Amino acid sequence: MVDLWSGLSQAFWLVVTLDAELLEIALRSLRVTLSALVVACLIALPLAGLLAVRRFRLRRAVIAMLNALMGLPPVVVGLVVYVFLSRSGPLGVLGLLFTPTAMIIAQVVIIVPLIASIAHQSLRELWQEYHDLLISMNVTQGQKIRTLLWDARRALLTAALAGFGRAIGEVGAIMIVGGNIDHATRVLTTAIALETGKGDFGLALALGFVLIGLAITVNIAIHWLSRTEREGNW
Amino acid sequence: MSALFPLVVEAAKTTRRGKVLAGPVDLRFEAEGTTVVIGPNGAGKTSLLRMLHGTARLSGGRISWACGTEEARHHQAFVFQRPIMLRRSVEENLIYPLRIRGIDRAEAREKAHQWAQRVGLAGMMDRAAPSLSGGEQQKLALARALITDPKVVFLDEPCASLDGRAMREIEEVLMTARTGGTRLIMSTHDMGQARRLADDVIFLLHGKVHECADAANFFLTPRTQQGRAFLRGDIVE
Repeated sequence: MVDLWSGLSQAFWLVVTLDAELLEIALRSLRVTLSALVVACLIALPLAGLLAVRRFRLRRAVIAMLNALMGLPPVVVGLVVYVFLSRSGPLGVLGLLFTPTAMIIAQVVIIVPLIASIAHQSLRELWQEYHDLLISMNVTQGQKIRTLLWDARRALLTAALAGFGRAIGEVGAIMIVGGNIDHATRVLTTAIALETGKGDFGLALALGFVLIGLAITVNIAIHWLSRTEREGNW
Repeated sequence: MSALFPLVVEAAKTTRRGKVLAGPVDLRFEAEGTTVVIGPNGAGKTSLLRMLHGTARLSGGRISWACGTEEARHHQAFVFQRPIMLRRSVEENLIYPLRIRGIDRAEAREKAHQWAQRVGLAGMMDRAAPSLSGGEQQKLALARALITDPKVVFLDEPCASLDGRAMREIEEVLMTARTGGTRLIMSTHDMGQARRLADDVIFLLHGKVHECADAANFFLTPRTQQGRAFLRGDIVE
């Protein structure tokens, strides 16, 4: 209990005094995860739309695959990305290992299946509703996908936020590909792991509370900006 | 633009999992007027309309428009028995078919306002379409179908479960459209509506055309026994 209290009070002071180091790693956490989220959404949402409206031979296999990959172990993703980006790896020449970009890549790989699966679920339901109308209107494949993505945007927001939650709290993969280098690739989760390892539970807890606060703030901010729960129920 | 009509249907048939939904039917539609499809439940009215519209797969026979199929599809619209509302505002629903045809937003909105006026939805442009009442939704669906000036509109029991007033408003819009040269092909359960709107009648039974006649002739002197029974209000199976 003592640790919890000292953690809480440390967190409070760190935030109130706008501790420079805390600010740096918190902002880096946000930057890495939000970049990963944007890239992942650009891949996952059109993919989910395509899976909803198109009937191709491997469709079921792809959907089953995505569902299975939702539970992808981050450490393994980190390892595979590491192998790809390491000096001797196929993408070694890019020199991306131990950079925030590498962390973004790993997080994208982790959250694309999650976002695509959840998005596909809601798009599929909407497509059942719209199917006859859009077929009758003779709209093109691209227009179908755009219509679905736009009209299901609230549900897609939930998918994106689930992806954000998984990415911001992720530690295994970014520890491996980022390396937790001070002032370069240290983010909240890796810092927590480090402080815990050093036995500084107070600081680790403080960082943990900041992380939770950050996640909640981002969620509320996005909900507020997109006005969910205000107009209608979609 | 070349003419869509005559539309010639030869032995057209649509099936689902081996069960015949409608057909084989042979029909010919000319460019003018209103055709009303009647028949008991399960006679294949919806399937016939969907088949003509091209959204039900043909499993036999041919449906040939005077122009190419692609061009024909461009000039058609379909109004469903249960209106399908896009989860958008009334205005967005109205401009949707125009927008997918590449018409710019300002022009589409202007047209949407004209049509909203015509069907009595002018004060509701910002309402969410799924929150409208049944009658309002059907009027919106009708306006959305007619907004592209289609040459032919299919209507699948457009007034099912609507009260007198909504039905009259919809029939007025339909009659205006017909006068304007839009070909209407609709199914209905309401014999009063059939008498009011029909120029010719197709009486379907078990997926086949049992009787196809001029409206005046059909309602006065149906040729077949089942036709007479159906008009009397007997249960025809």
